Amino acid sequence: MSAHAIDIQKAASLARLKLTPDEAALYESQLGKILDYMDVLARYDLGSVEPTAHAMPVHNVMRRDESRPSFTQDQALANAPKSSHHQFQIPKVVE
Amino acid sequence: MEFKVTPVMPQYIVTIGLEVHAQLNTRSKMFCGCAAEYGADPNTLTCPTCLGLPGALPVLNEAAIERTVLTGIMLGCTTPPVVKWDRKNYFYPDMPKNYQISQYDLPLCLGGGVPLYDLAYPKDAQRSIANPGKVVKLTRIHLEEDVAKSTHHDRFTTIDFNRAGTPLMEIVSEPDIDSAEEAFAYLNSLRQILIYGGVSDADMEKGQLRCDVNISVRPEGQKELGAKIELKNINSMSAVRRAIKAETSRQIDCLQRGEKLIQSTRRWDDDHGETTLMRTKEDAHDYRYFPDPDLLPVHTADILARVRAHVPELPHEKRARFERDYGCSTYDAGVLASDKALASYYEDAVAADAGVSAKKLANWVINDLLGVMNDNAIAITGCPVKPEQLSALVSTVESGKISGSQAKEVFNEMFQTRRSPEDIIKAKGFEQMNDAGALETMVDQIIAGAPDKVAEVRGGNEKAMNWFTGQVMKLSQGKANPKMVSELVRKRVLG
Amino acid sequence: MSLANETLASLRRRLAAREISPADIIRDLAAAIEAKNPSVGAYLSWDVDAAVTEAEQTDTSLPLGGVPIAIKDNINVTGQPCTCGSKILAENYRSPYDATSIRQLRAGGALPFGRLNMDEFAMGSSTENSALGVTRNPWDLDRIPGGSSGGSASSVASATAIAALGSDTGGSIRQPAALCGVVGVKPTYGRVSRFGLVAFASSLDQIGTLTKTVEDSALVLNHLCGHDPLDSTSLNEPVPDFAAALGRDIKGLRIGLPKEYFISGIHPAVADAVRAAIKTLESLGARVEEISLPHTDAGVSTYYILAPAEASANLARFDGVRYGHRTANATDILDHYFSSRAEGFGPEVKRRILLGTYVLSSGYYDAYYLKAQRARTLIRRDFEEAFQKVDVIVSPTAPSPAHKMGELKNNPLQAYLEDVFTIPANLAGLPAMSVPSGFAEEGGKKLPVGIQIIGKALDEVTMLRVAHAFEQASGLSHLAP
Repeated sequence: MSAHAIDIQKAASLARLKLTPDEAALYESQLGKILDYMDVLARYDLGSVEPTAHAMPVHNVMRRDESRPSFTQDQALANAPKSSHHQFQIPKVVE
Repeated sequence: MEFKVTPVMPQYIVTIGLEVHAQLNTRSKMFCGCAAEYGADPNTLTCPTCLGLPGALPVLNEAAIERTVLTGIMLGCTTPPVVKWDRKNYFYPDMPKNYQISQYDLPLCLGGGVPLYDLAYPKDAQRSIANPGKVVKLTRIHLEEDVAKSTHHDRFTTIDFNRAGTPLMEIVSEPDIDSAEEAFAYLNSLRQILIYGGVSDADMEKGQLRCDVNISVRPEGQKELGAKIELKNINSMSAVRRAIKAETSRQIDCLQRGEKLIQSTRRWDDDHGETTLMRTKEDAHDYRYFPDPDLLPVHTADILARVRAHVPELPHEKRARFERDYGCSTYDAGVLASDKALASYYEDAVAADAGVSAKKLANWVINDLLGVMNDNAIAITGCPVKPEQLSALVSTVESGKISGSQAKEVFNEMFQTRRSPEDIIKAKGFEQMNDAGALETMVDQIIAGAPDKVAEVRGGNEKAMNWFTGQVMKLSQGKANPKMVSELVRKRVLG
Repeated sequence: MSLANETLASLRRRLAAREISPADIIRDLAAAIEAKNPSVGAYLSWDVDAAVTEAEQTDTSLPLGGVPIAIKDNINVTGQPCTCGSKILAENYRSPYDATSIRQLRAGGALPFGRLNMDEFAMGSSTENSALGVTRNPWDLDRIPGGSSGGSASSVASATAIAALGSDTGGSIRQPAALCGVVGVKPTYGRVSRFGLVAFASSLDQIGTLTKTVEDSALVLNHLCGHDPLDSTSLNEPVPDFAAALGRDIKGLRIGLPKEYFISGIHPAVADAVRAAIKTLESLGARVEEISLPHTDAGVSTYYILAPAEASANLARFDGVRYGHRTANATDILDHYFSSRAEGFGPEVKRRILLGTYVLSSGYYDAYYLKAQRARTLIRRDFEEAFQKVDVIVSPTAPSPAHKMGELKNNPLQAYLEDVFTIPANLAGLPAMSVPSGFAEEGGKKLPVGIQIIGKALDEVTMLRVAHAFEQASGLSHLAP
């Protein structure tokens, strides 16, 4: 048994993944074990350490405001599973 | 025995905060080189990045950052020395990556405020402004990317990604707005400032300015704010006012019925004038913000210095200058400064003629020009009367060369035909006769034909002098300069 | 002998001398693939006709002119599939653009030929997580080739590719290179543009090479590396001539052995191979000393928080709206999302998306994600301090030789722990590579093992120099089963 109680269906819902009850049970137990292992981080006093988000300390990478050619309409839609009206078609979205 | 209890209706306090999204008017999108244009054929302004194709990466548009920093300077915000970019995770078909690149804890602008201009209030509310000179406090301004455009058909939805990834500035106010009228004035003032800065075209009807409203109502005496209720789908300035009024009464009605309000999001229906529930806090999003590993932080010192050198004059600064330098009334200066294009028109007109009365010009612009522009629904940028032409007309009438009523006639003609005032005056024969010799001949002619009237004047009836002036004007078909004529008459008759 | 067996350097000499044509190489490779791919399974797809046509137009006077390079199936090449080993992209996706790395190779005269199998979305160390086919280790077909760039490593090892591109997020080039007995290089983070590499964990991903020799890697890296304005994290730094730097001796070079890497649980053959390698390096005049990387044991946890977190967002775009698998007959847009993604992703990808979603979700961000970001700083500092004292760091690449197929299938945590030696270089953004350093004997079969060489940031030259010197001295070069 894992020390970590994970609401696996909540995570699956946020990630838009449909899980069968078997899958949910399996992932819940596997993730629990992985999170148990991660308690190793508790050994270190990390409170005063700066977090690292990027491997290299680079900043201010920007581009000039210039426009470049875009895809043609056909190129843009070439991989669309379904299209109509020169647009990507999906099931009706109710706001 | 019967008791009749009259319930005491408590007063309610309304607290309003606005989240405004403004499209920046850059050439290219926020993170790729696709043109940021509107009205193109669907899906013709896309590339791997703004379509969210596998493997594509974002690169920051420098101009979008500069324009947001400029907005912050104009609104008195502070810009943190280092800002960063975060991913806001949620699934929606108009969001190509299913996360939006935004700014979470280190946005480009913090604090600041939007001054509410008197003339930015709705017309009918300008005489009863509750808090004159109010500045609505801002929480923050951050930069993010816009989403694609969905079209809902009967049985399906289609998506056009042209708009996806265009730069969008989110301006978040504190819950510092007390009424629908203030909310209107806030949006209107903010609009003016954004246009002044040249950062956004800020047209609400075109979706360049969008606004979500947070409203909470609480009984007087209660310290903590009431439940925050967010309104979406407000698509015009006037709808902002209507929506807030309707939602405020709804909330007060609920409270009076003893119901409890809960944090929720509601949709404004402008046709029916009511709000309907979209979702409650229970199904609120968990956006899982985290720093975008594809984008590096931005150190802002250099950008701030660069942008500070180009901060434009703001509406209230211009208004003060118009009063000070041009002698405009406070009202006139306010009207002129409320519209950047109108103010430029006015200043061009003033500059066209060093001798023209700037104050009189202001009257002409506001009373005559604006009137006819509104009647014809023409924007100032499309005005048929050029600033230097208006300036010339005002100089002409001020010098007495034509009369005031003639000037109005000339102005209308200018507006209709785009011709210059000089041409119109000439064609209409409005040119005044200022030739002293010719006028003298005419005066002498009248004197010679009316010895009895001369005697009357010389006998002490000075009023009879006007008769001579009238006769000369008649003789000249109205062209004689009346001032010169009356002087000549006095000289010749009284000798 | 088939041209498929030759090194890139040798083919270049023969092309320059006009002994052979680029199309000859394609034809020999095609024959080799036909013969071996049914058992090895390195390739998912290859288009011989298109490649021959393209080969006839290549400019053989360019440094890589006429050399075909096989591509891991997560790097976009215009008009070709890019499945990422996933059902979600396998059905109909064709890349409408070239990755920058591909443009760079083309500019050098190389031509991308063939798509290589991989763990789905590069998540795994065995290539068993591919939804599209099995890839085997050419040294023992019952064993895994490693992963996630298992197709890349096995294609080079089985002489069905001259050289291959891979991607390395936590060891995905180095570990399969070690297990298949080839050279695998992960350059400094930011050296090679990631534009067009399907993202797994953006702050860790780096494209690199798998080749038969160190020299071949250097030749490809000369063109692969360079600044790209389309990738904000691409480094705007000059690119040295890596190949020209090879061959210089390593006398006096300081080599660090991190004591934390020589843990119990290392396979004896791996330990032996590393010891032998150290002797070789010392015999070449290098000074070997023990160093400490004290936060090594935080590496796996840090990595398996940060990488899944980034992946959970990176893989959100696979939703069946604009491309990729779409469920049939979705009732509404939510059903469309849930079903398309459930059908399209395999178990390991789902596991990591769930893990990544969890560690970012409200209430857990500080406990996991933020903590891991802080631990990453400590790991980076470990290396900064170590590199005050030494020029390169040497360690085993993987704790053991290739496992049998299926051995770690039901134990994800155990599988994750296998990445312990390779993960730190990704967390610190450092260049690192694996070179063959000997063999283990298992069931009568020779199984390659490798050593890892980690360099200072942007100092691939020293790393490659050490690798080259070792390769020349050990004779463990251009190995074939």
